Formats: sequence, C-alpha cells, structure tokens
Amino acid sequence: MEVIGKSVIRKEAVDKVTGRAKYTHDYQKVPLLSGKMVISPYGHAKIVNIDTSEAWKVPGVRAILTGKQYPLTGEAIRDRPPIAFDKVRYHGEPVALVVADTPAQAKTAADLIKVQYELLPVVNSPTQAFQKNAPLVHERLGEYKKEADSHPVPDTNIATLIKIRKGNMAKGWAESETVVEASFSFAPSDHVAMETRCATAEISPDGNIIIMTSSQAPFMVKRLIADYFGEDMGKIIVRTPLVGGAYGGKAPVQLEVLAYMASKEVGGKPVKILNTREEDILTSPCHIGLDATVKLGANRSGKITVAEILYLWDGGAYSDKAIDVTRSGATDCTGPYNIENVWCDSYCMYTNHPYAAPFRGFSHSELSFAIERTMDLLAQKLNIDPLELRYINAIMPGNTTPTRVRLNKSNVGNLQKCIEKVRGLIKWDEGPVKVLNDRFIRVKGVSCSWKTSTIDTDAPSGVILTFNRDGSINLMSGVVEIGTGTKTILAQILAERLKMDVNKIHVRMEVDTQTTPEHWKTVASRGTFMGGRAVLKAAEDVIHQLKELAACVLRSPKEDLEIANSRVFLRDDPAIGLHFKEIGYGYKYPNGNTVGGQIIGRGSYILRHLTPLDPETGAGRPGPEWTVAAYGVEIEFDKRDYTYRLLKAATVVDIGRVMNEKAAVGQVMGAMSMGLSFAGRETFYFDELGRVLNPQLRTYRPLRYGENPEYLVGFVETPQIDGPYGARGVGEHGLLGMPGALGNALSTAAGVSLHNLPLIPELIWKAKEANK
Amino acid sequence: MLPFDFEYYKPETLQEAVELYQYLDQQGKQPMFFSGGTELITLGRIDLAYTEAVIDIKDIAECKVMQVSGDHLLIGSTLTLTQIEEANLFPLLTKTASQVADHSARGKITLGGNICARIFYREAVLPFLLADSQVVIAGTDGGKVVAIHDVFQGELKLKRGEILVQTATESRFIRAPFFSFKRRQQWETGYPLITVAALKIDQEVRVAVSGLCPFPFRSKEVETALNKSGQSAVARVDGALAVLPKPILNDVEGSAEYRLFVLRNLLVDVLAALDGVRIR
Amino acid sequence: MQSHTITLNINEEIHIVAVKAADTLLYTIRGKLGLTGAKPGCLNGDCGACTVNVDGWPMKSCLMLTVEAVGKKVTTIEGLRETPIQQAFVENFAFQCGYCTPGFIMNCHSLIQQHPDADDQTIKEWLESNICRCTSYIEIEKAVKSVLNKK
Ligand SMILES: Cc1cc2nc3c(=O)[nH]c(=O)nc-3n(C[C@H](O)[C@H](O)[C@H](O)COP(=O)(O)OP(=O)(O)OC[C@H]3O[C@@H](n4cnc5c(N)ncnc54)[C@H](O)[C@@H]3O)c2cc1C
Ligand code: FES
Ligand code: FES
Repeated sequence: MEVIGKSVIRKEAVDKVTGRAKYTHDYQKVPLLSGKMVISPYGHAKIVNIDTSEAWKVPGVRAILTGKQYPLTGEAIRDRPPIAFDKVRYHGEPVALVVADTPAQAKTAADLIKVQYELLPVVNSPTQAFQKNAPLVHERLGEYKKEADSHPVPDTNIATLIKIRKGNMAKGWAESETVVEASFSFAPSDHVAMETRCATAEISPDGNIIIMTSSQAPFMVKRLIADYFGEDMGKIIVRTPLVGGAYGGKAPVQLEVLAYMASKEVGGKPVKILNTREEDILTSPCHIGLDATVKLGANRSGKITVAEILYLWDGGAYSDKAIDVTRSGATDCTGPYNIENVWCDSYCMYTNHPYAAPFRGFSHSELSFAIERTMDLLAQKLNIDPLELRYINAIMPGNTTPTRVRLNKSNVGNLQKCIEKVRGLIKWDEGPVKVLNDRFIRVKGVSCSWKTSTIDTDAPSGVILTFNRDGSINLMSGVVEIGTGTKTILAQILAERLKMDVNKIHVRMEVDTQTTPEHWKTVASRGTFMGGRAVLKAAEDVIHQLKELAACVLRSPKEDLEIANSRVFLRDDPAIGLHFKEIGYGYKYPNGNTVGGQIIGRGSYILRHLTPLDPETGAGRPGPEWTVAAYGVEIEFDKRDYTYRLLKAATVVDIGRVMNEKAAVGQVMGAMSMGLSFAGRETFYFDELGRVLNPQLRTYRPLRYGENPEYLVGFVETPQIDGPYGARGVGEHGLLGMPGALGNALSTAAGVSLHNLPLIPELIWKAKEANK
Repeated sequence: MLPFDFEYYKPETLQEAVELYQYLDQQGKQPMFFSGGTELITLGRIDLAYTEAVIDIKDIAECKVMQVSGDHLLIGSTLTLTQIEEANLFPLLTKTASQVADHSARGKITLGGNICARIFYREAVLPFLLADSQVVIAGTDGGKVVAIHDVFQGELKLKRGEILVQTATESRFIRAPFFSFKRRQQWETGYPLITVAALKIDQEVRVAVSGLCPFPFRSKEVETALNKSGQSAVARVDGALAVLPKPILNDVEGSAEYRLFVLRNLLVDVLAALDGVRIR
Repeated sequence: MQSHTITLNINEEIHIVAVKAADTLLYTIRGKLGLTGAKPGCLNGDCGACTVNVDGWPMKSCLMLTVEAVGKKVTTIEGLRETPIQQAFVENFAFQCGYCTPGFIMNCHSLIQQHPDADDQTIKEWLESNICRCTSYIEIEKAVKSVLNKK
C-alpha cells in the first residue's frame, strides 16, 4: 500500500488555514434579500391572530409569509407546515417569514409582527406523551401522507412503533438467574455545528430553482422540493460548498424550503436565510432525547439470555428523521451483545419539543447509555468484572442481530479484540478505583458499542473522473465535505488503485446536483464505504479505457499493460509506455491523426441485499455491516464536592482498515470530545411551557480547550471484505460509548447509580441526597 | 446584527460626556454610556437593550488610569479586564476578573462595564467590596469620591447620567492574603454557580459572593458568623448560611439547594485558606 | 440611519468605508471588505469564530463596533502570510470542517505575539475563548505548542 493508511494532508487544507475556504454564508452578491423568521415563544399554543401591519411599514420589506397553509413537509410523515398554521408545536417554530433588502430591515420588521397566542397544555417528555390522557400534539395524525414503513397511531402521540421480537422470551427468562432492570432519561440537546445553517434560493425566469445550502443532503433537497411543491426535479439545482460541521444536524431539509418559498414570493429574486445561533438551536432540528427502560436476564456465569427493552424517543413536534432514528435504535437495541431472546418496543413520540435530526451515531450513543449502564448494574449484581461481562457476551460471527441478520467474519468487527486492547490502553487491570487521599479518587468506567448504518435500501453513490491535459485527474463525487476529510480519502483510494501520486488528483469540493453524480446523503459514516466503492469502479472504468487506447497505440495486448505513476506501460518493459497526458484526450500521432477521445471515468455503487424490517417481528437486513468498539473513561472525582475532571478517554474501534492514520485518529478523538461534552454538560433545559431556557452558547456549553482529557485511540483491523480496501466507517464511533463509560465511571466513583444525562455535579449530588 | 442604529459620540473629557448625556437625554434618545459595549451589542441583538445615542467613554483620560497614588491604587473604569490582569497590580482583582467570561472577551469587557452591567453577576466588583474601596463618580455636579458601600447595594446606584470614573483601593488591602474561586455548573466554562472572593485583614475574614443571589454582595452578618471565635469551622459556616440575603437563585445553572451546598463547601475552603482551619 | 465614512487599517492596508454606527467590525469586514475568513458563529461573544487581531490582541469582532476600530491596526486571517502557526495547523490536523479555524489561528497568532513563552496555564486561558466542535483540541494544542517551543 502506497497511499492508503498514510496521513495525507487534506485537499482543502490551505484554503482552510488562510480564510479562503468558503461556506454558504460567505457567498455574497447584490442583490441578495434577507429572510428573517418570527418564531414561536411557546412550546404549544394556538395562533389566534397575526398582525403584520406595522412590519409592512419598515422600508425595504418585500414580502411577509404567514397565516397561510403551505404544503406539509416531512420525510417519513408529512406532518410539518414549513410555517406554522393554526398552532405552534414547539418553542422556536417559524410562524412568519419576512423578506427584506437587508438583514437589519428584515429583523426590524420581524420584531414588529404581533402574534397573539392562546396557550395549550404542553407535552414535555416522551413518557408524558405516552400516557393515555396526554394532550395531542397532532390531532389529525391519521390524515397525513406518509411512507409505507412509518406507523403512526392516530389519536395518540405515537409517530411510529418499531417492534423487535426475536427468540422466545419465556425461555430466556427461564434460563436466567439474575435479572436487572433500570430506567434512564435525558432531554434533547443540540449539534452545535459552528457554522449555523444557511440557505439561499433564487428562481430564474426560465424556472430554474437555484439553491445553495449548508447541507449534508443536497440531493435530498432537490428531491423533496420537487415533491413538496410539484416542481420539475431537473430544474432544481442545489449547490453545497464546504460545510462548517454537521454531525447529522444538516441532514434534514428545512431552511432550503423556506428560502425557496421566500424567493417565489418575491418573483424569484435571491433570498438568503441564515440562522442566528438561537434559531439554529431552537428552530432547526436538534439532538434527540430518550426515555428508556432496560431489563436484562443472565445465567450464573454471566451469559445474557434475554433482553426486554422499551425506548421512548423524544422526536419532538415533528417526526421528520426521528422515525428513522427510532428504527435504527430498534435495530441495534441490545448493544453489541449476543442475546438469543429479545423483545423491544421502540417508539417515536411526539412532544412539544424542538424536533429531532439525526445526531452523530444515529440513536446509538443514546441507547448505549441505557444499555451500558444496565450492563454495569448486571456486572455488579453478578459480581463479575464489567469488562469481563462484556467480553463473554460480545457479539461474534455466527450470532444473529436483533433483526435476525446472521453475522459473518466480514460484516461484523472483532469486539473481543477491541475489549482486550482497551483493557491495555486504560490499564484496567490496575483496577477501576485508585484512592489518592480521603477526598479524591481516580475511577475508570468502560463500555462497548456497535452500529450498523440503517440507510435507504436503494441509496446510491456515484463518481466521475475526468483528465486534465497534464495527465492529472479530477474527481467528482456527491459526498459533501463536512469536515470528515472523506473527499481526500476518496482521492487516496483512487491514487492507490491507479498507483499514482495523490497530489495529481484534484478533488472538487463543492457539490452541484446538476453536474455532480449523486451521493445519497453524507451521513452514517457511509461516505468512505459507498463513495470509495464508486471510486474503485470509476478507476476500473478509467483503467479499461486507458489500456484499450494504449494497447492500440503500443500495439500490445491489453493484458500485457500495467498502470502506475500516471503511465500505461508494458509489464515486461516499463520504458515502453504512454503518460496519461498523452492519452487522456486521445492519442495524437505525429501526423496529427488522433484516436480515442477524452477519457471520462464513471463509477457507481449501491448497497446490496438491504431489506425493510418486518412490522411485526423486526426481521430484516437494515444495513451492510456492524462496526464495533470498546471504550474507557478515567476521571478524578472529588468525593466532597461531587465535581470531577476528565483524565483519559479511550476508544478502540474495529475500523476494518485505516485509510488515513491522522485523519482517522482525529475523527475518533473529535467524536469522543463530542460524546463527553454531550454526556457531561449538554442538554436543553425546558420550563413548564416547553421553552428552552438555554438557547445560546453562553448557556449551552460545548466542551472547551483544556476541559478535555487525554485521548487514547486504538484500532483493530478486521477487513470488511466488500469495503474499499476493507474499510469500515469511523466518523461516529468514538462518540457512541462515551456517555456509558462516563456514566459508569461516575456511578462507581459516587457509589450511586446514575440514570440521567448530562452528568453534572448537581445530578450526582441529587442522587446522593436521595440515597441518604 | 443590531436591528437599530444610533448616533455615536466619543467625548474626550468627563464634562463633555456628562453634558452630552444630559443633552441627548433631553432629546429623548435614551443615551447609553459605552465602555466595552458588550452589553449593548449582545443584548441589543435580542431586543433586550436599545438606544439612539451611544457615548463611548474610552477616550476620557481619567477613565484610563492605572497607577498608585500615595496610599491608593487607582484603576480607571474603561480599562479592560485583560489590561488589569496583565498589569496585575491587585492580585485578588486579577484572579477574580480572570474568571469572568473568557480571555478574548475580557479584552473587550471593561471594569466599569462589568460593575455597572445588567447581567447580575458583576463578579469584578467583589474585590472592591472586600477592600472597602472608594469610587470616583462624575455627574452634573462635578466629581465625587464615595465609599463603594455607600453606592453599591447589589448594583451600583448611579444617578441618571453619572459615570463611574475610577476605583481607589488602599494598598494594605491589596497586600492582604486572599482567596477567590468560581464554581460553575460543570468544569471551567460559563456563568458562576457561585463565585466567592475573600480576604483576611486585621485578623478577620471577609467574603463577597456572586451567583448566589441575583446580585453580588458582601454581608456583615455572614462575616460576623464566619469570624465567631471559639466555634468549629463547621459551626461558623452553618452560622453564615443561616443569615444569607434572599432570594437564593434557582435557575438552569443550579437549584437553590445545590447552590447552598456549593457555598457551604466554598466557605469551608475560605476558612481553610485564610484562617488555617483544617478540615479533613 | 446615519452613515459614517471612516478610515480603517486592515491587514496593513488603509480602507475607507461607509458604515453605520451600529455595524459590528465583523459585519463590516465580511460585508463591505469581502474578508469572509472571520466567521459568525454566535454574534454574542461566545464562540470565537469571528476572532481577529486588534493592535496585537485577540478580539471577537462581533463584540466590537466598526467605529471603535478607527485608529487601530486590525489583522484578519487574510492578513497572515505563511505563518508558522498556519503551517502547524495543517501538519497537526488541527481542523476538520475548518469553520472555527480562522478564529482559532488568530487567537493562537496573538498568543504567540504576546507570550512567545506561554506556559500550559496561559495557553489554556487564551484558547478556551474559542469553540471547536470537530477536533478534540489536542491537535490544536500540539499545533500551538510546536510554534511556541520553536521560539
Ligand atoms: C462572552 C461573554 C461572557 C460573559 N461572561 C460573564 C461572566 O462569566 N461573568 C460576568 O459577570 N459577566 C459576564 N458577561 C457579561 C459581561 O460582564 C458584561 O457584558 C460586561 O460586564 C459589560 O462590560 P462592558 O465593558 O462591555 O460594558 P458596557 O457594555 O460598556 O456597559 C455595561 C453597562 O454599564 C454601563 N456603563 C459602562 N461603563 C460605565 C461607567 N463607567 N459608568 C457608568 N455606567 C457605565 C453601560 O451604559 C451599560 O449599561 C459576559 C459577557 C460576554 C460577552
Ligand atoms: S461570532 Fe463572535 S464570538 Fe461567536
Ligand atoms: S474544525 Fe470544525 S469546528 Fe473546529
């Protein structure tokens, strides 16, 4: 391997350190109108009246969109008016949209719109939503258009229910000797990408709709706008430049729809909508919350025989992607353990909270907290070392998943190896607790995770390669560069396959749905896998074309040709050959005659054998492979104050194949950082009216420099046979086990079982007080 | 992005500033003194502050001094917290100020602005409360020097159009042993859950607190309890907790009960640091 | 709305711009001068994405009015030319999405100017002014230390 595994500098590095890298909001032009939303100050209220008369008097106001029923939107269920009508269902929901010449005018006018509300009873948690007499978030749930595999229950707050029924529960309980049951709960939180969401739209006289957006799913924007508004799909052109962090939060389609509606209202003029931080937190979709109950049974030796699990996901006011998150949570509901008998109900609940987007890990960091805390409770009850308990139950080839997929040595990584490696990294054998003095102790906690990527069964990825006259290659893929460096890895894959210098491969960073081949969505750590497979196919295509032409020019059979260092040459006499620059645009003989033509490589990939889940049993193949990982966290705990410092965090992930060493380590460490931040500090605080009380970064506080621990990263490489060079995804996995491992460390340290996030000192204090 | 515009003035003398204020006020422009200006900029954008005329006081010489004059340290109100930290002439102030916001923001936030701020933590005032400092105030009737205790009751009670010019602090307080600690909801970012500043002078411990109540305070009753001789540290702290001002904050940073728990331990730490009391 | 014509010194160039008193420095350098390296992340002084350098010190440009910058030297990320800290960020993979990067680099650059021998405590105190949501901060720590140590 020449290029794979090397820490190749990302292609857009220089742009990013010189301030030249451009994100959606950095594109300016004149004229560019500004859209400003008026948002609901309440969680649940009837809209009694909207008065726009004062707002219209502000100079520069061109349109005010409000008080009208626009087509309902939403991916799994069409339940969301882009601008609220009749009533508002969450704090932050748009109720009007002002379009004006400048941002200041738009804001001034938006402030002058008077909305009269009548408060309605608030559904403030998924557990409350589940109660029989709970207020309804959607009275007309039965009437919405929906996808076939969404199962809303009219006259309830259930947006969908996914059932897992595997094995024989009675047998499982009979075989178990020790049972633990525990409940867990945490509120929604936020992604906090540093770039707030932004979209512009304009409609040209010929009907072309041009949208620029900071999105993980530009191709979805195109499809959905066509679908929602009956526009020609081919006339919708969506551009996505560099994206300033996404983490799942930019997979849903929201501002694009508003920008499109706004532009339409002003005769197609370009309109930009840029979220303020407050809007990005409140109005745009958030990180899902969860109420969970987990019951595990194990025999005397610690083998888990049965699991009964209830997940109530806090989908918020609109179901959108929360339905998929709920399904994904059911799919891997048990965590990475081999359990024969599984019963799980995974409900997507409507509440009066901001609605949920995917969040890095797509349900897995959330469910892991519940599962991994319960695993520690089980270990405690069985009096088995917690890491050992995980080791003996670790999922392995030959086992089946909750949705009954039989695993083999390619489609699942090696969890036991990960556990062993993490054991060494965190020096587990020195013991989980080290007493420093009568006040301070150092404590370790562990956890494990697995994850398959549940994506559409027909999700495509495509790549186009073109040549430059100097023989260098342009690579175009629909993968969005959201920070993961995937596009550089795609270049590495191509360089490896063509045995050429990666610097001679130019990557197009911007996605343009008109000219870039589709990549479904840049989510679920699937960029490297699917995009990589498409690159390999495109490389084959190019190799075939290069050799075909060279065979003719060199008068040699194709089979005798090799490709390396941007040349096609004879295997037995490399001196005889042609440089790419001599054949990329056809070969020109000395007399001017030219044969062959411009070489354009194309490659595409689609996942195979995926199936939807059976509505009654959950049986089905939801994703291509399961990546596994093991984690450890070490803290220093103050027994007097219940405060703690993060000392170390470790992740060992079976990555299949390390494609870019530093980039992979960076992805894992960055994900751990986000996971610890989520577990340790991040949450929305709601009041009784469903208002989020901390919608600013002053009060919603991601981890900062110096609060972080030391990070330890290890890799196991069990190749996924059909992955490009064996690679599995790695963008999410560092995060998944952090809440569980931190929760376990703190529960041990404080001597009290912790069941909520975030794990702030006050929570520990409360648990201790309650125990007194 | 402020949804309104305003006139901008940058007077060079106190008199000019005071007169401008009167003039603009009479015109109904709701004038606002602007020091670091972070209050107007951050609250204005969410419609919580408004003005039609800004009077930037950063060019006024008296507001920029930082010098020892006889037995007093004078600190101008428009100095940024960073400038004060870098000079480090008043270590307790350096420590307490350095816990406000973050380093870059402290390059903009000023001493006077923090003391006069609407955000009720006003942590930079704590050292001056402890040191019985004096403040120099300019108004229509000229300048005056008053004890901080006479004008600071939870907030600085300035008359409309008055300017906080300087603080003056006796050097014996500046040399006194001190303690200053900011506990946040979690780790090292954010508003105070409780900030305690303390110093020891004439064998007595003094404490001032921000984050417990919706105003920073120093309380005679609390100090009397803490300094009761012949009692155990725990009893002294209990005594102090019994005489706290009200109300105790109960918000997203922490519940009232938890804040009291935190304060208790911090007061124990104050006694340990300044009174040599050993606990555990 | 009153427009003021003012003279700004930005990246060693003199610019004459018309601004409103209420315009922040961030708004002006991005909107009027096309210097989009400084990013809006919160407009509230919390995130540091908008950090520039004013008279040698880091400044959150969303917290400063443009008129306040008159008579001061402003340096933005576009004003840095192949500095060691930029190179160090590249070599240490100290960014992913890159959105926080100009602000972080400007803060680091100011730190290196003011405290070339900064210790861990000082580095922490300065750098906790910025949020990076992608990296683990370890990469940034390595980058800044690699430059500090060289001095
Ligand atoms: C990122 C960030 C984090 C923060 N974190 C904290 C924190 O942890 N703890 C904390 O206590 N605060 C915090 N704050 C609030 C901050 O302290 C206030 O915004 C700040 O104190 C205002 O200082 P300034 O110099 O910008 O004042 P300005 O905005 O200029 O003034 C504040 C108020 O005081 C008046 N004023 C200013 N100077 C004078 C004077 N000399 N005489 C009379 N009136 C005057 C002004 O008219 C205005 O009403 C934070 C602010 C930011 C931006
Ligand atoms: S935009 Fe200035 S600090 Fe966030
Ligand atoms: S690199 Fe994305 S926020 Fe720092």
